[in-house]
Amino acid sequence: MHELGIVRNIVAIVGDAANGRRVRRVTLEVGKLTGVMTDAIMFCFETVAQGTLLEGAALEIRQIEGRARCQTCGLEFAAATLFTPCACGSRQNQRLRGEELNIKSMELEGEIA
Amino acid sequence: MCGHCGCGNKEGATILNLQTGKETAMGGHSHDHAHADGTSHSHGQHQHSHSHAHAHAHAHADAVSDSHGHDHDKEHHHEHDHVHADGTRHSHRRSHDDEHHGHNDDHGHQTRSVDAVVELEMRILAKNDALAAKNRAWFAGREILALNLVSSPGAGKTTLLERTIRDLCGELKLYVIEGDQATANDGERIRAAGAPAVQVNTGTGCHLEADMVARGLSQLKPALGSVVMIENVGNLVCPAMFDLGERAKVVILSVTEGEDKPLKYPHMFRAAEIMILNKTDLLPHVDFDVSRAVANAREVNPDIRVFQVSARSGDGLQSWYGWLRSEIGKSREAAFA
Repeated sequence: MHELGIVRNIVAIVGDAANGRRVRRVTLEVGKLTGVMTDAIMFCFETVAQGTLLEGAALEIRQIEGRARCQTCGLEFAAATLFTPCACGSRQNQRLRGEELNIKSMELEGEIA
Repeated sequence: MCGHCGCGNKEGATILNLQTGKETAMGGHSHDHAHADGTSHSHGQHQHSHSHAHAHAHAHADAVSDSHGHDHDKEHHHEHDHVHADGTRHSHRRSHDDEHHGHNDDHGHQTRSVDAVVELEMRILAKNDALAAKNRAWFAGREILALNLVSSPGAGKTTLLERTIRDLCGELKLYVIEGDQATANDGERIRAAGAPAVQVNTGTGCHLEADMVARGLSQLKPALGSVVMIENVGNLVCPAMFDLGERAKVVILSVTEGEDKPLKYPHMFRAAEIMILNKTDLLPHVDFDVSRAVANAREVNPDIRVFQVSARSGDGLQSWYGWLRSEIGKSREAAFA
């Protein structure tokens, strides 16, 4: 639901960093436990990018699977959801991966637009 | 525009100081304008906003003339999708004139000059997080306990605040930042209950962000050692992601809702430290299983503390007040730690 705000942040950050050059591709890292819908990000991106250096840029989203470490038995396990319990039954866990919401990189065209 | 709720757009967000009646607009950031002809451009104060304005505002669905005075002496090839070997899909909406390198007819991305891949490794919400950290430091320096109250619309956030203000006004200095999409109704209720309040209207936005709270604080000017209650927009989704600089999120669930709300909205119940189960006076009249609701909340967040209260009758509020007092004490000690 908050994807539009997230996309606005992406366009603002990348637009600033591009420093006048056209952006051809933006690569994001989105963890599967963030609650962010990648479809909605894709949907908003094209619209928000219009009229900016990111207009027409490709958006690539790398999804990251959730992983957690059990604080009871120490096992590291794949966490499909925020509340996936450890095999030992414990719900006390520390999330290791899956909450990323990062701009990984951008690909710029060679000349100042 | 986002098909869901249009959040994140602070266009139209306002802050009303209920003590002075002064209303200010948020503004100060870039926002996009969409025109009837389908073109869009952005205005704003970012350095990049106008450096390229109208350079490529050609997103027309048809090839009719536009009103921006561009030369259209070449045939356009608007809106075509590229599918690359790696499966990435994107569409181009630029005009493809002779000057536009990089998209030749073979779509091969051949360029005349050197392209660059720049590693950014930036958190998307870095700006909000940085502003939230600033708010947190601001609160800490003033020994202020700040809480972020979240719930669905209608769970009783405002009623709980009114009651808390009336019960504790002799003991605590309470201030409220009220967040709603529109109206100053809740801010007025808080003020009537006896606490200074600032109403933030988010316009189309579905949650408060750290900069709105900072602007609210500059109007509210809370006293040293006070409590600032931030009543977020009624929404169990978006506010979970946006740190405001609060000491803790307090989620309010009422017994007229479903016991499975914590499972349906796990991000919010995971992010909260306290769950207040409100409207317990209605329990005899509804099919709400308290133990199941608490078990569901603990499934998502094993550490969540639960207070069962009725803001209307006053039942159970002492446990909530006890927690508030202990947290206020901690805020005061922390300032000297």
